[in-house]
Amino acid sequence: MSVPPQLRCCDASGCRSAGGQALRTALEGARDAAGLDAEALTIKPVGCLRLCGSGPLVACDGPGPSQLFGGVEPEQAGALIAASLATSHPCGSGDALAAHRLDLEDPFFALQQPVVLEGCGQVNPESIDDAIAFGTYAQLHRVLQELTPEQVRDEVRRSGLRGRGGAGYPTGLKWDTVALQPPGPRYVVCNADEGDPGAFMDRSVLESDPHRLIEGMAIAAYAVGAERGFVYVRAEYPLAIERLRLALQQARSRHLLGNHIDGTSFNLRLEVRVGAGAYVCGEETALLLSIQGQRGMPQPRPPFPAQSGLWGAPTLINNVETFTAVPAILRQGGDWYGAIGTEHSKGTKVFALSGAVVNTGLVEVPMGTPLRTVVEVIGGGVPDGSPIKAVQTGGPSGGCIPAERLDTPVDYESLLELGSMMGSGGMVVMGESTSMPEVARHFMGFSVNESCGKCVPCRAGTVQLAQLLDRFVERRATAADMERLDALCQMVKVTSLCGLGQSAPNPVLSTLRWFRHEYEAACREPAACVAAGGVER
Amino acid sequence: MSVITLNVNGQDVAVPAGASLLEATRAAEANVPTLCHLEGLTPVSSCRLCLVEVEGSTKLLPACSTAAAEGMVVHTHTPRLREYRRMTVELFFAEGNHVCAVCVANTHCELQDMAVTVGMDHSRFPYQYPQRPVDATHPQFTLDHNRCILCTRCVRVCDEIEGAHVWDIGSRGGHCHIVAGLDEPWGQVQACTSCGKCVDVCPTGALFRNSDTTAEKQPNTTLPALLRTAREQRRWHNQ
Repeated sequence: MSVPPQLRCCDASGCRSAGGQALRTALEGARDAAGLDAEALTIKPVGCLRLCGSGPLVACDGPGPSQLFGGVEPEQAGALIAASLATSHPCGSGDALAAHRLDLEDPFFALQQPVVLEGCGQVNPESIDDAIAFGTYAQLHRVLQELTPEQVRDEVRRSGLRGRGGAGYPTGLKWDTVALQPPGPRYVVCNADEGDPGAFMDRSVLESDPHRLIEGMAIAAYAVGAERGFVYVRAEYPLAIERLRLALQQARSRHLLGNHIDGTSFNLRLEVRVGAGAYVCGEETALLLSIQGQRGMPQPRPPFPAQSGLWGAPTLINNVETFTAVPAILRQGGDWYGAIGTEHSKGTKVFALSGAVVNTGLVEVPMGTPLRTVVEVIGGGVPDGSPIKAVQTGGPSGGCIPAERLDTPVDYESLLELGSMMGSGGMVVMGESTSMPEVARHFMGFSVNESCGKCVPCRAGTVQLAQLLDRFVERRATAADMERLDALCQMVKVTSLCGLGQSAPNPVLSTLRWFRHEYEAACREPAACVAAGGVER
Repeated sequence: MSVITLNVNGQDVAVPAGASLLEATRAAEANVPTLCHLEGLTPVSSCRLCLVEVEGSTKLLPACSTAAAEGMVVHTHTPRLREYRRMTVELFFAEGNHVCAVCVANTHCELQDMAVTVGMDHSRFPYQYPQRPVDATHPQFTLDHNRCILCTRCVRVCDEIEGAHVWDIGSRGGHCHIVAGLDEPWGQVQACTSCGKCVDVCPTGALFRNSDTTAEKQPNTTLPALLRTAREQRRWHNQ
C-alpha cells in the first residue's frame, strides 16, 4: 500500500489563534520549494489534535511512525517537511525540531480512548469526501437500509448512553419518549450552545468533524420519526458555524439530507440556528423558545420537550457529544459501548482540560477514570510542580472538588455526591494560590450576568449572593453573613425555576463544604465565624 | 366529568380532572400565596411563592403550573416553605424601590399584602436602590419601573386577552424591565388600545391611571378570568 506521506495541520480555533494558518501556508511554500506536489506530500487541514495548549499542532504521517509537533514557527516549515519524509526519527543534535516534538506515548495521548473524537484530527472538516472516506455516513446508510427505528433505539438503549449536556438523562429513554408520542410532526434539536466557562469540547467537535454530528442527528431523526431538525450554535463560535453550514450544504448536495435520503422514504431537513449571546439558551426550554424566534426564557417542565417542544410537537433535544457518540455505537454495537465505563455511566466522556495544568486540551477517557488520572497523569499536574488544590467541573453549575477527593472516579453520580456535577465537561485545575471565595464570586458574577430574570430567586438572589461573596473576598464578612450565605444558597437552589438557577449556588456550596476554613478566615473576626457554623462533610 | 382526589395538608379534596395543584389547594382552603399567577392568564411560575411540597417528589413544585394528580399528598405550609416565601418577598422588596407611603397602590397592593401574609416586617437583604425610570408618555396611564416586580401579568393580559401584545420583557437578570412596543415610550406605541387591562391586573403601583394619587389605585384583577369565560364558554358576567 503506498499512501503518500501527509501532514495534518490543526485548523481549529485553538491552533488558529496560535498561528496555525500561517504555518500551513509556510508548509505549502516549503513543499513547493522542495520540488514536491500534493501527490508526493499531502498537507491537509484537520480538526483538533487534542493538546491545544501547545499549538499550532502538526501531525506527520510519514514512512516512519506518526509524529506530532507543537508550537512550530513558520520558519521551521522546511525542517518539518524534511521530518515528514524521513524514514526514521533523527536523534541527538541533528534534530532541529527536538524541542517541538511531542511524545505520542505520553499518558496525555496514550490514555485517551477516542470514540466521539475519533475523526477529530483525522478528517478535513471542510471536505465531505474525506469524511466519507473515513467512514462517516456509513452507519446512516446501514441504518436506513437495514434497521427499523425500533432497532436503532434498542441499540442506543443497550449502549447505556446518557445525555452529555450535563444532567445525564438516559438517551435511549428520551428517544423512546419522543418516538412513542402520538402520530404527528417531530423535531430533532442539537444543543450546541456550549456556554460553560472552561468548556470547549463541543466547539472542537463542530470545528473538527461536523459530518459526524450530521450523521448522528440523521440517525436520531430516523429513530424518532422526525423530518426536520435544528442545530443551535452559540454565536461566539463563528468557525464552528461556518464549517457546520458548509457541511450541511455538502450533505444536501450528496443527498444525505433532504428528501428520499439514500433512496428510502426518509426525509430530513437540518438547519443551523445561531444564538444571540444568552447563556440561558443552553437550557432546553429556553433554547426551543429561541429557535421559535421568542425570548429565551426557561419554561416550567412538565411538559417536557419530548412531549411538547418546538411548535408544540414532540422534540428530541440532545447535546453535540451525545449525537456524535451515536454513529460509533451503531457501528460497534450498543454492548461494546456499554462495556466501556462504569455500571451507571457508560462509554467515554470528552473533557476540556484547562487552568493550572501542564497539558491543556481535549481529553476523551472512559467514564470512571479517576479524576487524579485525568488531571495529574494525563494533564500533567500544575506546571510548577506544586500540588493541585482543587478541580472545578461543570462550570457555573458545578463545584470545586478538593485535592483529597481526586481519587473519585469521574461519573455522573460520584461528582454529584461531591457537590459538583459532570456538566458539559469543562475541567479547570486550580493550584495552591487560588482563593476559593474568589472562585465562588467569579462564578456567581457569571450567574448574575447570565440570569434571564424570570424567577426572583435567580434574578435577585444571585445579586445578593454576589454581594455577600464580595464581603468575604474583601475580608469584611461577619458571622451573620456566613449564615445568610448558607441560607440564601439553599433557597436559590431549591426555589429557582430552571436548572441554571437551581445550580447557580453550587460553586458557593461546594467551596463552603470543602474549603469552609477559607471563608472563616476571610471574616473580619475569623474566630466568630468559626463558631457560627459547623463544618459539614 | 371525571374527578380526582388528593390530600392537601391532611385533608382529602376532590377536584375535576385537569385542575391545577393550586385549585386543589384552594379547594382545601390552604391559602397558598401567589403573586404572578392570575386566574384567566397562562401560569408562568416566576414568583415561586406557590411552591409546595409533594410527597415522592424531591423538588418543590409550583402549584400554579403543576397538574393535580390522583393520590398526591401535598404540604403547603411546612416550616421551610414558610421561610422560603418570606425570603422571596424580602428579595422582591430589596431589588426594587418600594415606598408604600407615597405609592398609588398603598392599601391595595398585593406585594404589600404578601409581606403581611408571610410575616415580613423587614428585609434581611440590603436594599439595592436601583436607578429606574418612570414612563409617563401615555395620555392616560403611567408606568413606574421602580415598583415593578416583573410578574408579567401586564405582558400576558395584553397578549392573551386584549390581543395587542404591547408589553414584553427587555434585558436580563437584575436589569430586566417591562418594555412597551419595540422598547419605545408607551405613549408612542400605536398597538396600545388604551384599554387599561394592564393597569387593572398590575399587583403593585407600577402601572396606574394618571388620575390616581397616593393610595387611590383600585385594581380589578378578576377581569381576565371573566373575559376568558365569556369568550370560551359564552357565559357572561350578568348571566
